Amino acid sequence: MIHSLFLINAAGDIFLEKHWKSVVSRSVCDYFFEAQERASEAENVPPVIPTPHHYLLSVYRHKIFFVAVIQSEVPPLFVIEFLHRVVDTFQDYFGVCSEVIIKDNVVVVYEVLEEMLDNGFPLATESNILKELIKPPTILRTVVNTITGSTNVGDQLPTGQLSVVPWRRTGVKYTNNEAYFDVIEEIDAIIDKSGSTITAEIQGVIDACVKLTGMPDLTLSFMNPRLLDDVSFHPCVRFKRWESERILSFIPPDGNFRLLSYHVSAQNLVAIPVYVKHNISFRDSSSLGRFEITVGPKQTMGKTIEGVMVTSQMPKSVLNMTLTPSQGTHVFDPVTKLLSWDVGKINPQKLPSLKGSVSLQAGTSKPDENPTINLQFKIQQLAISGLKVNRLDMYGEKYKPFKGIKYMTKAGALKRQIEELWWRQH
Amino acid sequence: MTDSKYFTTTKKGEIFELKAELNSDKKEKKKEAVKKVIASMTVGKDVSALFPDVVNCMQTDNLELKKLVYLYLMNYAKSQPDMAIMAVNTFVKDCEDPNPLIRALAVRTMGCIRVDKITEYLCEPLRKCLKDEDPYVRKTAAVCVAKLHDINAQLVEDQGFLDTLKDLISDSNPMVVANAVAALSEIAESHPSSNLLDLNPQSINKLLTALNECTEWGQIFILDCLANYMPKDDREAQSICERVTPRLSHANSAVVLSAVKVLMKFMEMLSKDLDYYGTLLKKLAPPLVTLLSAEPELQYVALRNINLIVQKRPEILKHEMKVFFVKYNDPIYVKLEKLDIMIRLASQANIAQVLAELKEYATEVDVDFVRKAVRAIGRCAIKVEQSAERCVSTLLDLIQTKVNYVVQEAIVVIKDIFRKYPNKYESVIATLCENLDSLDEPEARAAMIWIVGEYAERIDNADELLESFLEGFHDESTQVQLQLLTAIVKLFLKKPTETQELVQQVLSLATQDSDNPDLRDRGYIYWRLLSTDPVAAKEVVLAEKPLISEETDLIEPTLLDELICYIGTLASVYHKPPSAFVEGSRGVLHKGLPPRTGSIEGPESPDTAPSGEPAADQPSVIPTQGDLLGDLLNLDLGPPVTGPPMATSTVPMGAVDLLGGGLDSLMGDESEGLRSDVGGSPAIGGSGSFTAAPSSTAPTNVGAPLGSGLGDLFDLTAGVGTLSGSYVAPKTVWLPAMKAKGLEISGTFSRQVGSISMDLVLTNKALQVMSDFAIQFNRNSFGLAPAAPLQVHAPLAPNQSVEISLPLNTVGSVMKMDPLNNLQVAVKNNIDVFYFSTLYPLHILFVEDGKMERQMFLATWKDIPNENETQFQIKDCSLNADAVSSKLQGSNIFTIAKRNVEGQDMLYQSLKLTNGIWVLAELRIQPSNPSFMDLELSLKCRAPEVSQYIYQAYETILKN
Repeated sequence: MIHSLFLINAAGDIFLEKHWKSVVSRSVCDYFFEAQERASEAENVPPVIPTPHHYLLSVYRHKIFFVAVIQSEVPPLFVIEFLHRVVDTFQDYFGVCSEVIIKDNVVVVYEVLEEMLDNGFPLATESNILKELIKPPTILRTVVNTITGSTNVGDQLPTGQLSVVPWRRTGVKYTNNEAYFDVIEEIDAIIDKSGSTITAEIQGVIDACVKLTGMPDLTLSFMNPRLLDDVSFHPCVRFKRWESERILSFIPPDGNFRLLSYHVSAQNLVAIPVYVKHNISFRDSSSLGRFEITVGPKQTMGKTIEGVMVTSQMPKSVLNMTLTPSQGTHVFDPVTKLLSWDVGKINPQKLPSLKGSVSLQAGTSKPDENPTINLQFKIQQLAISGLKVNRLDMYGEKYKPFKGIKYMTKAGALKRQIEELWWRQH
Repeated sequence: MTDSKYFTTTKKGEIFELKAELNSDKKEKKKEAVKKVIASMTVGKDVSALFPDVVNCMQTDNLELKKLVYLYLMNYAKSQPDMAIMAVNTFVKDCEDPNPLIRALAVRTMGCIRVDKITEYLCEPLRKCLKDEDPYVRKTAAVCVAKLHDINAQLVEDQGFLDTLKDLISDSNPMVVANAVAALSEIAESHPSSNLLDLNPQSINKLLTALNECTEWGQIFILDCLANYMPKDDREAQSICERVTPRLSHANSAVVLSAVKVLMKFMEMLSKDLDYYGTLLKKLAPPLVTLLSAEPELQYVALRNINLIVQKRPEILKHEMKVFFVKYNDPIYVKLEKLDIMIRLASQANIAQVLAELKEYATEVDVDFVRKAVRAIGRCAIKVEQSAERCVSTLLDLIQTKVNYVVQEAIVVIKDIFRKYPNKYESVIATLCENLDSLDEPEARAAMIWIVGEYAERIDNADELLESFLEGFHDESTQVQLQLLTAIVKLFLKKPTETQELVQQVLSLATQDSDNPDLRDRGYIYWRLLSTDPVAAKEVVLAEKPLISEETDLIEPTLLDELICYIGTLASVYHKPPSAFVEGSRGVLHKGLPPRTGSIEGPESPDTAPSGEPAADQPSVIPTQGDLLGDLLNLDLGPPVTGPPMATSTVPMGAVDLLGGGLDSLMGDESEGLRSDVGGSPAIGGSGSFTAAPSSTAPTNVGAPLGSGLGDLFDLTAGVGTLSGSYVAPKTVWLPAMKAKGLEISGTFSRQVGSISMDLVLTNKALQVMSDFAIQFNRNSFGLAPAAPLQVHAPLAPNQSVEISLPLNTVGSVMKMDPLNNLQVAVKNNIDVFYFSTLYPLHILFVEDGKMERQMFLATWKDIPNENETQFQIKDCSLNADAVSSKLQGSNIFTIAKRNVEGQDMLYQSLKLTNGIWVLAELRIQPSNPSFMDLELSLKCRAPEVSQYIYQAYETILKN
């Protein structure tokens, strides 16, 4: 089971340690630092590191390494999932998860960690339950506590902990009963130089914010549930009902939670809603070249594409780029050779473009690396897979809740390979 | 106001100040002080000096303060054991508190204090908490047992906590069940021999019920525990699979992977014809794909496991190639793993896409990744023949980029392509030669030298090229030196006239100026070969090389099967069995996939032995050549009469001793892998310079001195009898592949129409071809011996099985064994000789003329003294008297008379063994309940030591 946890910041300082069994000396982290040195970037530190007597499993989030120490054969996914849960919990408690915040709230952090794990066994990881055991700090509560001498530790057994619905506490009361669902889809695609799609997949989630009194029992049905290839549910969803009727039936947790995540694979797909045109020419005689990118919408069902951001890693031999955007702002960093162009909204009548010249290092020829263009964007009110919620019903309570459903599409990793970006004119 | 203020006090006298605050009268001040202490502890400062003062704060109603003090105690109790005793009273009191939260907290904290003196006081409160009315307290207490076990295992056993813990598996609350399972699993890990988690269908059912209701973490523990269970048949396996499948849709990836493990393991037991089998296969793909959209760390672990799954069951993910395409923002460790899986999934159908991707990757920035991508292109060429040409042209394009490491990597893989497809792509050699100067890595240099040597006749200036390498011979790495030596010898054999000087130079460099023994030995061998018999040298050095295959990087099937049982664990991340790396592995149990119990035992089914069987049934592998086996070893393991002569002789011959040894070691280090196998030596074995040991006469021992007490009962009659064969037990694994360098032998014995045979299945689980099989038995109680040599007609290719029925006779020499029916067998193949022992059922020795005359029976029964009579019970037999009688007759146990005494059937039976021993039996059949009978068997025999085995035979026949 999980022995100890070390939090390490970007500078390589251990700023928090917690042991659930006997104390493990922090010198064990030296093995981690070695691996960190070998890795070119923080993201590339391998998540499983063996040492002579222990194993170090780590996750890297918010510029902090969360390093768990284990001593025996433990499922590594269990450890990594748990570490991510720790980070999520911190974020949930403190709004952001950073070294400063963790240090500011070190006692709460310590108390929370103690509640999450007992002797290496997970104890309470549902944020609902944790918040009943240890109340998250708020300015008001801190003031009240100092005046009255009361504490932020709950002295009641959390009610959800042992019921059949461990994720929900009893006696929830709201004056405005609301249930909001956000259908958020991320599209990951690789498009080759000719514009044809190599891979495309949609990763979707339905995040919910449910504030309903009592013990409501909800059902959510889709117009086109067969679209969903593979689904992972929050434990509250009754799997049997989904198997037989393709309906989501559940008693929701209180507050924010992820109801399900799903996957729509390439077979069911999907036109990529954006296109990119590039035109780059380069003359042999001079070290100047022309460069042009245009972005345009494609099958967006009348919705606007917003938050468009184009980034491209230029080859090392590019010295500088002098470009003019028709809209938005652009930056070329001559050190990292990263070109980024914040486009904003796409107006279909006047397509945004970025034009100008590229200057190469004198004497260099066609660069070896093929740059790729990465594209990010958002579309409100559209789930690109076409997934539509049919209806939401509530049973078990008398009142009429306020319901809302929102759709959004984002580009996760959209990459365009440009093989023939650099060519010579003869 | 934040907690960061606690960190800022670094001035002198800090401890002193804290001490004063801790002893303050004001509650608020006390609490602040404890918080400061905790904060210092968190960042690793030593505040143990404050122990008594902090413990004084423990007696409080304030829950937060109590918790903080507990936190402190857990950290420092070990360093202050005497002080820690002061806290005991408060703990004991808290365990009685009306608030379950406090009871649980107290028992939890006590378990964390690793001080022997305290643990003694812990027992009573713990016992109460394990039976607490509140499930929250019970589940906390369950974990506490595991903690206590870690501190003092003996104490836990003496106090009977383990039994209480086992009872908790049947608790009404699923979380308590989950924690009990987790605690038991942890305890079991340190005691692999104890059967703490002996699962039976009832407890499995309870676990499956709890599985649906407990927390995600509990589900992981329960699933991991389920994976160790061995279902009794395929129906049970299927029903477990059905109940585990919903877990594949869980949001927690660890739950998903643990479920995959259970399914992958139990799937082994399902028949492939079953509809459900296909459904299950389809259900496995989507969750695995979804794991790849999780956080990168999770992806990494998932990918390592998918790598195993893809090797075991490629059909699951064969259509999912695209999800393994590398994303630009994947961390490098994910990219490298994805690349590996892409190659594994590459096939003719998708090779075009894969190549296009790989070419893309070869121009990325990260050097390691680019190198691996280039290697991947080479592996594609070797794996998918149709793509070889495109791969080669892609590689040539990459060489044109002149990026140093790309060129070197490409040359290394092109060498492999040459070996796979000889005489096909040699046109590219010219391009390769252009890049000779840019090669600075040993592997690339060695590869290039190999190419030049191998194709010396087509390269006009081969001698110049090699000579240029020779200049800095002593600065090269061994790999390059060895390669250069071989290449120049090859060149000399091809163009002897122009290169004599060169070859002499390299031979003297290798033999006289080098202190590397490998190099020197190889130099001497070449020298001698060249000087004694140039023709033989040519045959040896320029012999045709065996083709390489893409299988070289696959995990050995036996290891793979074991690793499949460890999906989701560290073992699966390292692709090593836990015994190979787990710290202080206290006799880690080897896990194996369950055998398929369906109707068809196809040759493709992996027959790894289930680990849970009782030891008596398990064939034991004779580990070393002990005294007992002395005579077995001396038996001549000659080659089969019709087989080809053995390639390597186990008897070294004087004249070629030196060379033989040297060449063997050369072969050893050269045939290890795809990369190093570039020399000319693999052909040496077949070169004809070594003849096989003279094949001796078949080892017959007829008429050998009879050494045992049973000898006088020796009988040669085999008898003629009924046409129906006797009962044949299903095949079991006698020799697991792990213990026999990849050869797995399973088998059974049968008797049909008076002849005994040993039905064997030989499975090759190694990566090389096996041939030259021979078999030999040790002397045994009944003189069993092979009646014919072991005939395996074709060499056995990897992953291939062959079924053989080996006829046996009972004219071999006799030696009494213990147990009586023990048979020690030696099997030889081209790799080694393997020994195992197995038990044969005695009924194969019951002869067909074993029916005694009635009068004779009565006379003999009276004649045999009563002390020779032995009695046995056979419970729960579902047959009536007539059915029993006819069933036994099928195995040559003959009923002479039947009587009915007081409503019970009595059968009088006789049988005769091959060596003439008569056994008389009285079988009393009494109904135990409507559908089952209890049988009482009395056996009389002049050699009473066989009775026990006769009884076993009865039981086997009647129960099957």
